[in-house]
Amino acid sequence: MNTLFDKIWDAHTVRVIDGGSCVLYIDRQYIHEVTSPQAFAGLRQRGIEVFRPQQVTASPDHNIPTKNQHLPIAEPQSAEQVATLVSNCQQNNITIFPIGERRNGIIHVIGPQTGLTQPGMTIVCGDSHTSTHGALGCVAFGIGTSEVEMALASQCILQSKPKSMRINIEGELGKGVCSKDIILYIISKLGTGGGTGHFVEFAGSAIRTLSMEARMTICNMSIEMGARGGMIAPDQTTFDYLKGREFAPQGDEWDKAVERWSKLRSDDDAVFDKEVTFDAADIKPMITYGTNPGMGIAVDEHIPTSEGMDSASKTTFSKALDYMGFAEGEKMAGKPIDYVFVGSCTNGRIEDLRAFTYFVKGKQKAEGVTAWIVPGSKEVERMAIEEGLRDILHEAGFELREPGCSACLAMNEDKIPAGKYCVATSNRNFEGRQGPASRTLLAGPLVAAAAAITGVVTDPRELM
Amino acid sequence: MRNKFTTLHSTVVPLPIENIDTDQIIPARFLKATTREGFGENLFRDWRYDKDGTPKEDFVMNSPLYRGQILVAGKNFGCGSSREHAAWAIDGAGFRAVVSSHFADIFRNNALNNGLLPVVVSEQMLSAIFRAVEADPKAELLIDLPAQTIELVGSDFKESFEIAPYKKECLMNGYDDVDFLVSIRSEIEAFEQK
Repeated sequence: MNTLFDKIWDAHTVRVIDGGSCVLYIDRQYIHEVTSPQAFAGLRQRGIEVFRPQQVTASPDHNIPTKNQHLPIAEPQSAEQVATLVSNCQQNNITIFPIGERRNGIIHVIGPQTGLTQPGMTIVCGDSHTSTHGALGCVAFGIGTSEVEMALASQCILQSKPKSMRINIEGELGKGVCSKDIILYIISKLGTGGGTGHFVEFAGSAIRTLSMEARMTICNMSIEMGARGGMIAPDQTTFDYLKGREFAPQGDEWDKAVERWSKLRSDDDAVFDKEVTFDAADIKPMITYGTNPGMGIAVDEHIPTSEGMDSASKTTFSKALDYMGFAEGEKMAGKPIDYVFVGSCTNGRIEDLRAFTYFVKGKQKAEGVTAWIVPGSKEVERMAIEEGLRDILHEAGFELREPGCSACLAMNEDKIPAGKYCVATSNRNFEGRQGPASRTLLAGPLVAAAAAITGVVTDPRELM
Repeated sequence: MRNKFTTLHSTVVPLPIENIDTDQIIPARFLKATTREGFGENLFRDWRYDKDGTPKEDFVMNSPLYRGQILVAGKNFGCGSSREHAAWAIDGAGFRAVVSSHFADIFRNNALNNGLLPVVVSEQMLSAIFRAVEADPKAELLIDLPAQTIELVGSDFKESFEIAPYKKECLMNGYDDVDFLVSIRSEIEAFEQK
């Protein structure tokens, strides 16, 4: 009567120490340039080496420019952080996919794409969106830099075991509804702290029908409801996705792995600490109106009012609307926008680019809208060019850039100017997330495409 | 070896806003350093300063009335990005504890790993603290880690709070997880062989 989460967690517990802190063994650690330098410095200070360098993989992604990647990084601090990552990896025999290399990209895009991420694993990275990898049936979660140092030093971290939660989405999804809409809908119902202390398994008939990449979008944003991580039990979709990928098991090893992975599911009588079920038919294309990912509504709905909120929530709600320049009760559809950003570890994979591109095909980008289409990895970029997406985008007035985290958190040059509105397929609409005083409206690739064409918030179903 | 934490008796800096995310605590553009130092001056950067660096008068940290080593914030504090820089910034600005009715998981771990004590109180106690500080900025909290209690000094509000026994020991003695994990490497190697 164990949950999938229990099975993987317990199989990786080296020891439970006093009062429940677990020494958890980590199968794979991913690192990037922003949250690792202090961890390596810590190891040097202690005079200890990386314990299992072959289980660590690095890719610079947060700071890197999305144009002219063949040139040195212009911004000195970003250049230094990336150079520090390269030298830390070289000194410690850690595999790194440097900028421009065919496997470079956002770490959460390339983990699954190269087959490094596999079902049943424990995976950590100094990045909250590590939950993405859970889509392949892993226990994957974000950690802080002290924990990055722990994992480098011992291939383990100390962690209390989270509670379990299952979210079921049952039934058929409506027209124009994608996996981003599902997760924005869930977070709008449960709130940004609704999953705190829990590890979530997503299940139900609507989840089963989703592609591997669509599942990644859902698990990616489980952190936005506060969950420690999100996961989906592996199935044929998972195995078909992984087969033949560079670091996936090959030959006999593959058959054995699939046999093992096929057993990775929650028992029928497993009991979760928390369980909720939503009807897929209730989900419509979504958009956010506020300054956290829980402040989302269907694109054809009105911004809620503060009626009935307690005073603390009211203060927070008004602060958010003031920041966004919106008023209670207003309609979202028709609001003018300035920027569109398609990309990030949430929606920067090839299926996202295809969805956006085929929507805008034969149409024209609205005048006055600046759009950045940023592939999640070098491989996604290659596919987009080979499949002709770049040409279609170009004809519709859009430009395909080079891979990286880009305007999701604006650590590179891709910043939304103060006061401007950006419809973004990324994961956070926090104040200033895309640049100081920028205003973010989170949505899926279809809502982003509809806004890019019309220049205002638009229900994509009207153009389909 | 970190500073040891036992009891803390201090006035507070109140921030009665919910869902304060780590992007507000320390915006991404300040994450480019390769050391742990210097983040304190950019704590709550965009709430605390104008674009040109002028302190915003209406932000609590810029008011001479509110000083102290305890930050008190609305529920779901520290949500969003896993950046430990958020804990470094709070620590760097001189805080030793953060009090809220609910913390995001990663932030809570990051705080504990830096000797910064996250204290969860009930919604009632949190409102009582905000009310007390509004009435008198000199209102004080007494946090007793060995006893696991927090008290609004001079009131009936006193609660016990949870902390994992291991983490409590680490904080009280200034221990560090890396030292512990490295000390059990042979046990980890044996686990790998299984």
